[in-house]
Amino acid sequence: MNTPLQIVVCGSFVPDPLQTLEPVTGPAGPSLKNEMMLPAVLDPWAGHALFEAANLARNTPGSKVWLVSLGAKAKLQQVMMTVAQKAPFELVALDGPASGFTDSFETAAALSSAIEGIAGLDRTRLLLFGGWESASRGAGSTMQMVAERLGITEQFQGVDQILVSDDGSFEVLERVEAGRHQVSVCTGLPALLGWATGNLPEPRNNPQVGMANMRTVMPALQRAKAAPIASAGLAFASVTLPKQQRQTRIVKDMPAEEIAREIVAWMGEE
Amino acid sequence: MENILLLAHTEADGSLGKAGLEALATALSLGGALTVGLVGAATNAAAGQIAGCGAVRFLAVTGDAFGQPRYATDAAAAEALCRAADCQVVLAAGTSRWARALPGVAYRLGGRVDTHATSLAMAAGAPAVTRWFYRQRMEAVLSRTQRPWVVLLDPGCVAPWPGTPGAPGTATVEAVSVEPPATRTTVTGYRAPKADEQTIRPDAKMLLVAGAGWTKKQADGAVHATEAEQLILGFLRQAQASLGGSKSVVDQGGEGEAVLHCMTHMNQVGQTGSTPRHAKGLSTCCHGEEPHVVGWRFVNQRRAINLDAGCGWARGKADVLYVADAFEVMRRVNALLGA
Ligand SMILES: Cc1cc2nc3c(=O)[nH]c(=O)nc-3n(C[C@H](O)[C@H](O)[C@H](O)COP(=O)(O)OP(=O)(O)OC[C@H]3O[C@@H](n4cnc5c(N)ncnc54)[C@H](O)[C@@H]3O)c2cc1C
Repeated sequence: MNTPLQIVVCGSFVPDPLQTLEPVTGPAGPSLKNEMMLPAVLDPWAGHALFEAANLARNTPGSKVWLVSLGAKAKLQQVMMTVAQKAPFELVALDGPASGFTDSFETAAALSSAIEGIAGLDRTRLLLFGGWESASRGAGSTMQMVAERLGITEQFQGVDQILVSDDGSFEVLERVEAGRHQVSVCTGLPALLGWATGNLPEPRNNPQVGMANMRTVMPALQRAKAAPIASAGLAFASVTLPKQQRQTRIVKDMPAEEIAREIVAWMGEE
Repeated sequence: MENILLLAHTEADGSLGKAGLEALATALSLGGALTVGLVGAATNAAAGQIAGCGAVRFLAVTGDAFGQPRYATDAAAAEALCRAADCQVVLAAGTSRWARALPGVAYRLGGRVDTHATSLAMAAGAPAVTRWFYRQRMEAVLSRTQRPWVVLLDPGCVAPWPGTPGAPGTATVEAVSVEPPATRTTVTGYRAPKADEQTIRPDAKMLLVAGAGWTKKQADGAVHATEAEQLILGFLRQAQASLGGSKSVVDQGGEGEAVLHCMTHMNQVGQTGSTPRHAKGLSTCCHGEEPHVVGWRFVNQRRAINLDAGCGWARGKADVLYVADAFEVMRRVNALLGA
């Protein structure tokens, strides 16, 4: 593949999955208790999209990656301190809620107008990336609407692989039912790929990449436009934590043979 | 109740799949006038299959171009059906095909979409969706004022529509004509991931989760990855179980680590993996950390085998924790199952 690529990755942050989350409801609807205090990480599937984008760009000279992120500015800045060391990109920041309870329709509107505002981006050749679902809303609906707003109707979700050919066509593997991949060939851009895990490990932190990125990250954060997401028309009747605790029976010192019998008997129960 | 459109795509054999019949059951439970909108290369058999369901109208977009699960054509077909049916609530199964296509359709129609619904039911005179947030950590009930409201129902949440006794009926189907949109995409086939045999069986009663412990040094100081793999695959075959893995086990492979060849990222259960639905789950050599266990939200009965009595499963995450060597136990379980 010789033609340089223009890859826009949409991705924000989510609470670190090792944190305990608790919902609270206020006048503006539900949110997380101490949301701004919770340590945050790059949304994992969006992270895979970013690493795949960086890898494609590295293998295609002249290519460029943008990361479009909607989130509270202060928190974005914290998360960028580590993310910026992982892969070269230019940040486009939007200052707004990254909460799981905000509406994907309005989030998509904010993201697509930010993409429209990227100077010098040739949208006819755009590779639009994102996670196939966030770890907050988990809807898997935002990216399709971003793409629709940008007029992109070659769309793929649950992507684990893209192989770009010299002629600019590409093959995509998407996760479908029963642990299989659907294979598609697309003859050209623009296209949207919502990434699942892909094939790349998380890159090691590279302070040099971090320093180069930070030169544009800080101004981008300063420039970040306010993107209030009102989630109009959406009403939550309740948000509750599941009853988590089971009364675990801990079985020690039982011979393996007996455990096996118990398990097989349990498997046979209705 | 407002009018409901049920969107359903056909399977490769022309029939409606289980997930579609589940969405149909939910649509019927709401009590509004139901229109069915079918999409596929051929839709007659599917229409016949549900002819007796009580829908007031059957619409179909039919043609070879609409046989492929592909965004451009699926979105065009669904959009045309929504416009023709003009219903306020649009319900569909959360299959990979509809999950790809319908959010964009909601945008085209100026509506809204909710995915991964575990239920759509009437509450205080209006439809309400139940779904989970933050990777199955909290459950919410929500409603919307915008219409159309497109709702994707997760497979496995309700019993499928049972059908009418006797032979398939005949439905009067109105064809909705759609010019297949220009698309650069062709679906060329399907590929099973690296594993030699199918290990992911969404309909299995039993989930076996294998964790990284299977590939760690055991009491004799050695790694026994080959035997681990044999035990795991042996169990899957005999129990017709589905295989899940922890992130640690599916991420292995770098730096000369022992690997289980039967594991791919598709098997991963948890925060950044899947949240499968099975009646029972047996966790082996997996520590039961919270980012893993959130993927067990819809596994009803849970047992675990771990050498460590202090592992996560002990803390209210499993019904039973056997503090034991999984190699020892699974060897015997397989022997009993094979007997
Ligand atoms: C952003 C993020 C996302 C994550 N997403 C996920 C996710 O989606 N899914 C997931 O699984 N994890 C996820 N994790 C990782 C998670 O926190 C744990 O690190 C991981 O689940 C540990 O895997 P494990 O239990 O298999 O391995 P280990 O923690 O290494 O545990 C191995 C276990 O095997 C036991 N063992 C060893 N030998 C035997 C034997 N012979 N018999 C019985 N038991 C034995 C040991 O006692 C131990 O408990 C995520 C973490 C982060 C930070």
